[in-house]
Amino acid sequence: MLNSKIPDGPLAEKWTRYKATCKLVSPANKKKLDIIVVGAGAAGAAAAASMAELGYNVKVFVYQDSSRRAHSIASQGGINATKNYKNDGDSDYRLFYDMIKGGDFRAREANVYRLAEISNNVIDQFVAQGVPFAREYSGYLANRSFGGVQVSRTFYAQGQTGQQCTLAAYQALMRQIKAGKAEMYSRRFVMDLIVIDGKARGIITRNLVTGEIERHGAHAVVFATGGFGTVYYLSTLAINSNGSAAMAAYRKGAFMANPSMAQIHPTSIPVLNDYQAKLTLMSESLRNDGRVWVPKNKGDKRNPNDIPEEERDYYLERRYPAFGNLVPRDVASRAAKERCDAGYGVGSTGLSVYLDFRDAIKAQGKQAIADKYGNLFDLYTKITGMDPYTEPMRIYPASHYTMGGLWVDYNLMTTIQGLYAIGEANFSDHGANRLGASSLLQCAGDGYFILPVTIGDYLSEEIKTPKISVDDPAFDKAEKEAADKLKKLLSINGTQTVTSFHKRLGHIMWQYSGMVRNEEGLNKALKEVNELREEFWKDVKVPGKIDEFNHELEKAFRVADFFDLAELIITDALHRKESCGAHFREEYQTEEGEPLRNDEEYMYVAAWEYTGEKSAPKLHKEPLTFENVKVTKRSYK
Amino acid sequence: MKITLDIWRQKSPNDKGKFVRYELDGVSKEMTFLEMLDYLNDKLIKAGDEPVAFDSDCREGICGTCGLFINGRPNGPVKGITTCQLNMSVFKDGDTITVEPFRAKAFPVIKDLIVDRSSFDKLIQSGGFISVNTGAAPEANSIPIKKEIAERAFDAGICIGCGSCVAACKNASAMLFVSAKISQLALLPQGQTEAKERVRTMIREMDRLGFGNCTNTGACEAECPKEISLWNIAKMNREYYKATLG
Amino acid sequence: MCFPAKIINFNHILMGKLFGSSLAQKLVMALAGFFLILFLLVHLSINLLLLGDNPETFNRAAAFMSGFWLVKIFEVVLIGGLLIHIIMGITLQIQNWIARPTRYKKRYPSQTSFFSKYMIWTGGIVFIFLFIHFLNFWFVRLGFVEGDHHNFYGMAHQLFSYMGYNIIYWISFLILGFHLHHAFQSAFQTFGLNNRKCTPVIKTIGIIYSILVPLGFALIPFVIYFFK
Repeated sequence: MLNSKIPDGPLAEKWTRYKATCKLVSPANKKKLDIIVVGAGAAGAAAAASMAELGYNVKVFVYQDSSRRAHSIASQGGINATKNYKNDGDSDYRLFYDMIKGGDFRAREANVYRLAEISNNVIDQFVAQGVPFAREYSGYLANRSFGGVQVSRTFYAQGQTGQQCTLAAYQALMRQIKAGKAEMYSRRFVMDLIVIDGKARGIITRNLVTGEIERHGAHAVVFATGGFGTVYYLSTLAINSNGSAAMAAYRKGAFMANPSMAQIHPTSIPVLNDYQAKLTLMSESLRNDGRVWVPKNKGDKRNPNDIPEEERDYYLERRYPAFGNLVPRDVASRAAKERCDAGYGVGSTGLSVYLDFRDAIKAQGKQAIADKYGNLFDLYTKITGMDPYTEPMRIYPASHYTMGGLWVDYNLMTTIQGLYAIGEANFSDHGANRLGASSLLQCAGDGYFILPVTIGDYLSEEIKTPKISVDDPAFDKAEKEAADKLKKLLSINGTQTVTSFHKRLGHIMWQYSGMVRNEEGLNKALKEVNELREEFWKDVKVPGKIDEFNHELEKAFRVADFFDLAELIITDALHRKESCGAHFREEYQTEEGEPLRNDEEYMYVAAWEYTGEKSAPKLHKEPLTFENVKVTKRSYK
Repeated sequence: MKITLDIWRQKSPNDKGKFVRYELDGVSKEMTFLEMLDYLNDKLIKAGDEPVAFDSDCREGICGTCGLFINGRPNGPVKGITTCQLNMSVFKDGDTITVEPFRAKAFPVIKDLIVDRSSFDKLIQSGGFISVNTGAAPEANSIPIKKEIAERAFDAGICIGCGSCVAACKNASAMLFVSAKISQLALLPQGQTEAKERVRTMIREMDRLGFGNCTNTGACEAECPKEISLWNIAKMNREYYKATLG
Repeated sequence: MCFPAKIINFNHILMGKLFGSSLAQKLVMALAGFFLILFLLVHLSINLLLLGDNPETFNRAAAFMSGFWLVKIFEVVLIGGLLIHIIMGITLQIQNWIARPTRYKKRYPSQTSFFSKYMIWTGGIVFIFLFIHFLNFWFVRLGFVEGDHHNFYGMAHQLFSYMGYNIIYWISFLILGFHLHHAFQSAFQTFGLNNRKCTPVIKTIGIIYSILVPLGFALIPFVIYFFK
């Protein structure tokens, strides 16, 4: 039975009570304890720095050449906090409520409330670290409203909030490295997790420069490995983002929760060519001033500026009058797909819709729009060669964020003792759909303020455990398995490249397990993924050697994991016979095409347990109870 | 279209390395430069050759991982972009494109077009931060900061650490990178307490790591994908004089 | 300005330790350079006296420059400044070459200041000219030139009557102009003076200076050769 270890007491007091009563580790003992952190984006770097500040010995592993490259850096829009600087009635409860409702009542109340509660500390911390957030002429911090909420609570640094916040965490980590409390292992790929006597005790890594397989032991392991949206091949993620660490944990006994909850972001630049390796996001903040529309006539190929007002279908404003263009991401994405599937899409492929700033520029002036979105417009122009000041942007949904991830309890610990998952790598806070500007908040909240406290509760029991020896047979076994897997990939010497497999896998996932799903399609996808995996293990071509810098080998290892992950995602999507948030099953919708939740049967977190290579994963349910909000139909009409 | 590529190939850090010429047919104008290299690698792998190693990650111009010296300049012929944002449409059918790694003593080559830029991490470690522990921060609005100052700090803070400045500089100097961080933190009241110590230690580290000196040529500013201003270097100089003379 | 050999640790100079850091070296270099820039103005104003018909005025000025004690001190400082400027320049340049051990195969001529890239070479050529210039002085002092001991006027007129010398002279000042073109604004950047208001003004003054001053110097032999 899953125990989420939620502290007793009223919602608003749980975290305070927890902090007041959790076990602590004395400074002298902290020095004796080692912690491994895998991944150092906003969550990982914040956690590593904060735990090093506390006195733990922290080892940080990243696949990039520097932790400053982690994909948190690409987060654009902002970070939410309940400062209520705008005096528009914001509060912890309101942010909590918005996130629960935005997540379509599939997130855990206590975790979400805690996040709302510490949101202000996160902003304070970032400001103190030198994040140049936008300011008013008075010198005080500015806020804007952001996707799907009715208050202005988002702090931002133009369209580069993620960059500024991630760099602040990175700098804090660099400071600890200089102080000798943290150690950085860059260009390392995590191949396996070491579990000894039921406790996470280390990792096996591959040095990407030398190809060497290395062992690292620690008293606790933290996975801050981000999301796995790259399972769709084309996504807004960094091209090397992957799900391998999560899959390693899963195979070692960590449950995977709601893996099918994958957010498709509505405002990405559409696919432009067949060789495209990734999709670029246009911040959702653009929907504050941009109006989304398609022509009222099918296949209207006219220049958008020549299409008169009465022949434009502002379908979001039409369908959702209360929220209009600001509906949550899943709603906006599906609406775009619906219009394009119905034949109203624009652009050469017919797979895009317009995001038009004409009216905003008319009302506010070009300068005001440039001030708000200048760098996003420039980015768009650079990629497409089109000028959003004079013609509407073209956008289309793209795989973006995974709400699902490793199952964690209130302590952010997975079902493996001593293995923690933070940031996007875990599942806890966003339910079935994530609200804008809350991913940075979750990363920073987990990293700065939650994990450094909760990990102490566990490590207080570990103070007598000596340094973890890497000579343990568990390390021998895992290292051999890792090496064998690499050797096998190299030995196949087939005819197809790793990328071609990844593309095909992505296509299956996008087609059948993307924005809209149905049982038939999912079953088909399951079959196709299995066939493709078999083909992969027979016919993939991986050049080069094991003991050298070998990018193709890295990719092959990741894609091999993506197959297993894809299977898990589809299994989860198949089992959830309801539509909620980003998970939209065609069989379960209202007459108007809105998602139909099934709270009686599916108000739970689906946590999947690995049972072996050939056997189906086992489902565990964490029932969700909502004591502090009224469970309603999520309506943005 | 058809292009010719002169690409630097180097098996390992100690290998001497050489240029290898590739003729590549079927390149589309809609590809990005890196997608063109992906396409080349695809062909090389299928032909049983070793693909060209190059770094890239976000492919949207923000992580700073990519960065190649294309036809004699960092990130190719377009101003204000990273390598991953370069489109093949700027090249013509029949063009020869020379692709080299960023070259500097402080950026040793790892393989082919991949260089080791950990010296940038070391620079930040030497002082590119504000020493505030988690939890020690005051209320965010307790220190108002002029909008203009915050914007200047932001303009310096958007550095992506790609190393184009070092690659472009005839002296392989890291002054623009270092000055962007020093200037960002020295502009903000939060960072001023440590400003003197920071500029001293960062400059010392910069010299130690073997970067060249600034001769005010302005090549860094001209080639910076984020168009970070030389103003920051002047600001850093001022900060340094304040720290050493004052 | 001569360092006892033992004190000089060449390695330390290369590592930028002699003057604390690369930035300190740059500052010294810029200060010395700026001092030379100011001196050039004084030098030019005296030289312009050569255009007058009275040798005495020029010789008196020249004698004053070589005789008055304050000027003597100034002279030491000047030569010191020049040496510092040259030593620093060469040291920094060697460091810069070391900083990029492998050259690029292909380099696109950058859109930035053309002359800034060749400072060590333009500086070197100017230095060679200075060497010749100083030799001339010694010739005068040692009495190789007709007339009395301090007949710099005579010497100058004599030298400028040779077209060959004039050509060397003009080329040298053309190169000096190139050097100054970057030097002037560069010094201000090194001093930390860079802002939206001042920088364009400094750049303009720098350009005017780097054209007018060498032109002024070059004018003198032109007038003497063709009109005297």
